[in-house]
Parts: sequence; C-alpha cells; structure tokens
Amino acid sequence: MNIETVGVIGAGVMGIGVAQVLAQADYKVTLVDVSEVALARAEQEIRQGVRFYHLLRQDQELKPLDAAAAVARITFTTDMGPMQGADFVIENVTEKWAVKQPVYATLDQVCPPHCLFAANTSAIPITQIAAATQRPSQVLGIHFMNPVPLKDTVELIRGYHTTEETLAAALALLASMGKMGIVVNDSPGFVSNRVLMLTVNEAIFLVHENVTTPENVDQIFTQCFGHKMGPLATADLIGLDTILLSLEVLYEQFSDPKFRPCPLLRQMVNAGLTGRKSGQGFFTYSS
Amino acid sequence: MNHEKIKAKVVAFLGQHLPLDGLGDSDSIFKTKAVNSLFAMQLVLFVEKEFGIQVENEDLEMSNFESINAVTGLVARKTSAQ
Repeated sequence: MNIETVGVIGAGVMGIGVAQVLAQADYKVTLVDVSEVALARAEQEIRQGVRFYHLLRQDQELKPLDAAAAVARITFTTDMGPMQGADFVIENVTEKWAVKQPVYATLDQVCPPHCLFAANTSAIPITQIAAATQRPSQVLGIHFMNPVPLKDTVELIRGYHTTEETLAAALALLASMGKMGIVVNDSPGFVSNRVLMLTVNEAIFLVHENVTTPENVDQIFTQCFGHKMGPLATADLIGLDTILLSLEVLYEQFSDPKFRPCPLLRQMVNAGLTGRKSGQGFFTYSS
Repeated sequence: MNHEKIKAKVVAFLGQHLPLDGLGDSDSIFKTKAVNSLFAMQLVLFVEKEFGIQVENEDLEMSNFESINAVTGLVARKTSAQ
C-alpha cells in the first residue's frame, strides 16, 4: 500500500520522536494533541531534534538535515478532522485505557477505510485496542523505544485479528524510517515490558527495603553484566509515571500480584519525581 | 569577549555536568563517559544562549564541541565575526 500521510496522535515524548522521524523520512505528518501548549513544545523539540540528528548519529556519516523543511511537513493541530487524509496512524496517547479507547472510536470514524492503526503502547493488549474499532484486522502494535530517533529496532505486535498485509505495510513503513521490527504475538506487556517492568520494579523494591542504593543497583548491571544502562536509570529515562502505569496495566491484565507496583515508586510519582523529564528520579538531572 | 573569559564560562558549564579533574583543554569530553552524545545538544544550546550566537548547520559538527578548546575556539570565532 502507498503511504503518504501519517497521523501521529499525542505530542508527548514518544509522539514527538515518531513525528520527527516520519518528517525526516519525507512523509506528510499530522500531529494531533489535546493541548496547544504540548503542540508548541513539540514544534520546538522536533526542530531541535532534526537539527541535531546528525550529531547524535555518530554511527552514521550524515550531513546536517534541513530542520525548517522537516517541520514544514508537519501539521500541528488539536483537531482530529485532518485524520481523514491519513493512510496510517500511530497513536501515542497516555497508557490508560480510559484515554485510549475514545481516541480509537474517533479515529475509526474519521480515518478512511484503508487506513491502518498502530498503537505505540508498551503494555495494553493490541487485541483489546483493535476491538475498539470496526477494523481489527488493520490494527497492530508498534512499541517504539525511547529516544525514538536513535533507536532503530522496535517491537511489532500482531493482535489476534491482525493480517499479514497489515504487518507487511507496517514493516515497510518502518523500513523507510530506518527501523526494523521484531514481530511477536499479542500478550500484556509483550516481551519487552513483561521482563523490563518486573526488573525495574524489583530494583525499586531493593532501594525501598534499603538493601542498597540506586547507584549500586545500576552499577551491578552496567559493570557486572555490561548493560549500557542500569534498570533505575532506564526507569528515569522512560519516566516513573509511565513505569507505574505499565505495572498497573500488567497487574490488572494478568491479575497476578507479582506485578504489584513498589510503594516507593508510587510515592515518587505522587511527589512529582518522575525521572529525567522532571530533573529528578532515582538520579538527578540538570536541564 | 576575550578568549579567557569565554573559556572560563565554558569550563563552568562543563563542570556542572562532568568531572573536570584530569581533563585537559584538548581532551575529548565525550571520552570521559560522564556524558554521551546527547550532551552535545545541551552544549550547543548553552553556547547559543550564553554568548548570543547562532550555530549554523556548517558548524554543527562534533569536532566543534569535542573539547574545552574546541568549544572556546568556536565561540571566539563566532563572537568576533559578529
């Protein structure tokens, strides 16, 4: 299928990254958010993101990109109306079913029949999302990694009704964005988050129980295991609020107490210590 | 602004983000492992704000932000050209 215009729903950290990479790959992009403030910030961040892209990709020999041209390919709007021109939609709204469900109901009405929907979710089952539409065979999951412009591999999730055509179109779109997809079947948290969220949560319990410090936890992963980043720095990067939401979704989906969020995590989120984006999580960040 | 003043401001900024002990003026700040390439963005935004200059695409190269001397040299060039 021919994809020219891609709708991106949600101008948070993930939506901004997705819109940037699509614009860099010459797609026309419609970026929708409920907040004008978020859209204004998105425009700034995408401009800087494109401008600095070649600096951050030292693995590739890139020339500086035209930031103004990339931003000009993006329509920033609070209106879902322009989604009637979308061939493919990537949804990045908050990981709460009560927020996602009405978004899909609206998209299903507004978008043309051929349009495919990709949920950029880290935990909510794709089959459940697909059921909120009249086109479940055209719905799949794409779990982008953060920061989106720098992470070249994603987890691609096949929902119960997702067809091979839908998967193929999504893989082709990803390839044109310079990304590869690893296809897995639908299950809460898929592969990545089912393992990662438990690891992060257990790391937080270790700090909560005064077994050791955040620095020590992460050093054991970086220095003993050779991981690039420890679980707590990873949690700060993802955002502790997102970690909490993901754990709550897993807890609810599996009805298994092993996913119960650590009380320290909940307290930090309530206190506004959401990680890198707030300047403070398990570690301190200067802006 | 003279070279020494520029350098002092650059060093002060870097000191907020990485340990300066043993870091020579020409040493790569990225090889300290205290910062990664994402820090280059912060550094560009810092020099633009602090010194009121615009770093154009042709100067957006890692080599201009690699060390204390490189950043100071870039700012000196840009401010003297204004």
